[in-house]
Amino acid sequence: MNQKGPRLGEPASLWRMRFVPIASVMFASALPLMLPLIANSPVLPPLGLLFFLCWQLLRAEMWPVWIGLPLGLWDDLFSGAPIGTAMGLWTIASIAIAYSSQRIYWRGFFHDWAIAAASVAIIQSLAALITHPQAATGRVLGLVVPQIIISVLLVPLFMRLTGKFDNFRLKRR
Amino acid sequence: MVRPAHRRPGQSRKAQYSLFVAYVIAVTGAVAGLLLAILSVVDPIGFAQLRLASQEIAAPVARASRSVIGSISGIDDTVGAYVSAGTQNRRLRKELADTRRELVATSSLQEENRQLKALLKLQETDKTALANGYLLTSTSTSSKRIALLSIGRNLGVAAGQPVRGADGLIGRVLGAGPSVSQVLLLTDVDNIVPVRRARDGLPALASGRGNGDLDVRTLNIANNPFKPGDILVTSGTGGLYPPNIPVAIVVRRQDDGALARPLADPGKVDAVSVLRPYTPDNIEAQGRPAPAPLPAPTGTP
Repeated sequence: MNQKGPRLGEPASLWRMRFVPIASVMFASALPLMLPLIANSPVLPPLGLLFFLCWQLLRAEMWPVWIGLPLGLWDDLFSGAPIGTAMGLWTIASIAIAYSSQRIYWRGFFHDWAIAAASVAIIQSLAALITHPQAATGRVLGLVVPQIIISVLLVPLFMRLTGKFDNFRLKRR
Repeated sequence: MVRPAHRRPGQSRKAQYSLFVAYVIAVTGAVAGLLLAILSVVDPIGFAQLRLASQEIAAPVARASRSVIGSISGIDDTVGAYVSAGTQNRRLRKELADTRRELVATSSLQEENRQLKALLKLQETDKTALANGYLLTSTSTSSKRIALLSIGRNLGVAAGQPVRGADGLIGRVLGAGPSVSQVLLLTDVDNIVPVRRARDGLPALASGRGNGDLDVRTLNIANNPFKPGDILVTSGTGGLYPPNIPVAIVVRRQDDGALARPLADPGKVDAVSVLRPYTPDNIEAQGRPAPAPLPAPTGTP
């Protein structure tokens, strides 16, 4: 028999199905620290967080709700925020997304966008407040506002990227 | 997307329990994570090693990408330089002529200064750096301003040492790993530097705003003596930063002090030096005419 071509009905590789989403989030978290960019303010959107949210909005049941713990810890190691910040906040976000996907019957593109935007805004603001507990609240929030706006505008792009990765993830051999 | 039929996973006890356990783990983990975050704000030293390990992973990639791309922050300057090359050339020639004249005047002053110092038996403090390196990359997604320095414990870098560039102060070392170290930049919200005005020695405190600027406050609240253009240098108070390192220039007055811009832009500075912390031991060691410590070899770019 000729075994070289893909067999009819053969599922995608299980290893790739599990690995691609996790690897994309981990790489996106580590990427900002690998660019030769000395930033004077939080200029880059939180790439890891955006991928994390988009994967959960695209594939609601792919990950267990506790996946934010290991991925958040990895992000904390690279983002500069105190270790544990993203662990806690990302996990709360995935619980919230799991809840919202139960409540909203037909979730459309704009629902997804709104959920991702609210999550990014809340997570980045709380993370900044946890990072600088002594500083004035208004000033700390003012620091992250431009970043939040950029991130919210980039959510559709990240949805598309996540969709591309998802196609690759589920592609038959 | 249709709502997943996830809420009740059928009659299977096993499926129900595993869903319940996942939620228990998530909630416990989230609470533990936030407690951990508060703990690591209170005691940043305990988790520094973990973070340095991750930065050792990122550093080789950052080194490679830096050598390929160069520093990203320079791009706008490079483009601008081409556009305004002609006028800049004319202006620079004029400045060069002026500077030559000033240099002649200054050299005579320097000689006079040297003689006066000899008269007073003042000794030049040891200005040699402990080690030289360059800034590789920095955190750019969080509100913490930490840069990665290309050298670490291998060249004697340790936590608490001040870091300066050619133009002025950059920050201080937060933690040192085997081959890279973290530098808390001057502009971080939590970085407070005791400064004084270069002109008259007026003491003040400079604290970062987190967006590249500094807030300057005098110790005396009653009046606001700052004027745009005032140069601030480190005062040496508090014993971390050695005195007389340029820090910032005042841009405009504010209600409770002034807004200043750092003189050394970490995005544009090429090489930085790690200095000895300004502690009593080091000051004494520098005062003694002991054999000068060998300048550490420069980190290779």
